[in-house]
Amino acid sequence: MSIAAAKIEAVSQPGLPPMVTIDDVTMAFGSFVAVENVNLTVGNGEFLSIVGPTGCGKSTILNAIAGLLKPAKGEVSIDGAPVKSVQNNIGYLFQQDALLPWKTAFQNVELGLMFRGVPVEERRVKVMAWLEKVGLKGFEGRFPHQLSGGQRKRVQMAQALITEPKVILMDEPFSALDIHTRHLMQNELLRLWQEDRRAVVMITHDLEEAIALGDRVVVLAAGPRSRVIESFGVDLERPRNVSEIKLDPKFMTLYRDIWASLRGEVEKSYASR
Amino acid sequence: MQAVNVRLIQVALLTVLLGGWQLGVTTGVIDRFFFPAPLDIVQQVITWVIDPGFYKHVGITLSETVLGYLIGTGLGVAAGVWLGLSPFTARILDPFIKAINAIPRVVLAPIFVLWLGLGLWSKVALAVTLVFFVTFFNAMQGVREVNPVVLSNTRILGARRSDLLRHVYFPAAASWILSSLRTSVGFAVVGAIIGEYLGASAGLGYLIARAEGNFDAVGVFAGIIILAVFVLIIDLLLDCRRKAPDHLAPQGRRRTPGLSGSTNVR
Ligand SMILES: Nc1ncnc2c1ncn2[C@@H]1O[C@H](COP(=O)(O)OP(=O)(O)O)[C@@H](O)[C@H]1O
Ligand SMILES: [Mg+2]
Repeated sequence: MSIAAAKIEAVSQPGLPPMVTIDDVTMAFGSFVAVENVNLTVGNGEFLSIVGPTGCGKSTILNAIAGLLKPAKGEVSIDGAPVKSVQNNIGYLFQQDALLPWKTAFQNVELGLMFRGVPVEERRVKVMAWLEKVGLKGFEGRFPHQLSGGQRKRVQMAQALITEPKVILMDEPFSALDIHTRHLMQNELLRLWQEDRRAVVMITHDLEEAIALGDRVVVLAAGPRSRVIESFGVDLERPRNVSEIKLDPKFMTLYRDIWASLRGEVEKSYASR
Repeated sequence: MQAVNVRLIQVALLTVLLGGWQLGVTTGVIDRFFFPAPLDIVQQVITWVIDPGFYKHVGITLSETVLGYLIGTGLGVAAGVWLGLSPFTARILDPFIKAINAIPRVVLAPIFVLWLGLGLWSKVALAVTLVFFVTFFNAMQGVREVNPVVLSNTRILGARRSDLLRHVYFPAAASWILSSLRTSVGFAVVGAIIGEYLGASAGLGYLIARAEGNFDAVGVFAGIIILAVFVLIIDLLLDCRRKAPDHLAPQGRRRTPGLSGSTNVR
């Protein structure tokens, strides 16, 4: 039964050259197989949302793309180059706080450029520009513990994007924020992404968020041995406004269809614990 | 109002205590050979304090303390970060480290005198053996408790191993070391003074040991008072420094490292 389902090739939108290719990847922790035979392609400039029940292996897949975890089988490649070690040409927005607590907002955003040997003055100009872009002008001297959760997320966003990565990975980026801050940040993310469309892989357990932001929504099966079960194109016009788009009839139809697919998996994952 | 009252009672208590002691000695109830009169002790303290030669002793004890602290902390940080980063080596060395830390440091003093002579360096060595372990355990803990997500994030941003050491591991260790600043400076003082007491030709510990050798109880008591003031002043200086910025507070829980060996000294 799973053989047929595993064959589903989640192909990117036509016309976009592939940026991330996940080719028949199996991820295991010891004898525990988290995800099995996953095939996914993310086009250049495509915004891909991945949804699936908790613990099905979403973060694991993202870590495989980032090179933080090695597949037990199969291969991941970014822009044609196989991923062998930790990737530096990606931006990773972690679910948890990932800022260095002993560095200010400025110093945190500066890190990527500093490691690349960008001269101090050029760095300063870019960091200030990015802090302004994410709405943190005047906060450059604050330490992470002096910022709110939303502000820390903004710093993380600037930190991940300032190096102009080829791919942006996001692991439930806004799940820890309250609903209003979340909508604000989602809109801001869309605005930033719209400027120079890069490939994005965003994980979320919030189906509304997945549809509202993504060009395509991929549903993962309940774990263990999770795999891609379905892929839905989202043909909603851009630029979008996250809170308004939810009232669009097309959005509601999509929501119903995807939920029909996701629901069974969520129930399975509840039943198994 | 209450604070004033407390102060008044404290002063009264001290006056009664010292006054009674002084009275006891002058009336002959207390043997002045074992318990010299407070006024004599104060006189001795004053004699020392106005004598420029006395500050040579203070200076030497201070140098030993500072050197012991700096060297001990330096070695402790280096070893702690190293072993924190290589759990395998840490596992191998663990019993040896525990064994060495279990040695009461006092017994090392004669050995250090043998190796390094009666001068400054044998005292510094003793202080180092005390300071090292506090810093070492804290640095190791700091490195081990670095948030793995922070580490992954920094690596993805392009950090090489040297960048990680400089921007992640050392700052992580530093926050823990700062939190143990007072303990380790305290150990440095103890190391220096014990070393002097057990064999030296200068320093505050030596002043006490010399007075003891001459059955000069006044000198011993005066020395003890000087020492107490010395430690209080250092404590006071640390108090100004101690209010470390919040972002340098340790991330994880605080853990008091096992210091079975040093309790023997304190
Ligand atoms: N380091 C690990 N060691 C062992 N099992 C792990 C590890 N990381 C994740 N897992 C397991 O792999 C599965 C998928 O985890 P994860 O990718 O974090 O799920 P998700 O992000 O979808 O919630 C879970 O069952 C989890 O328990
Ligand atoms: Mg996850």
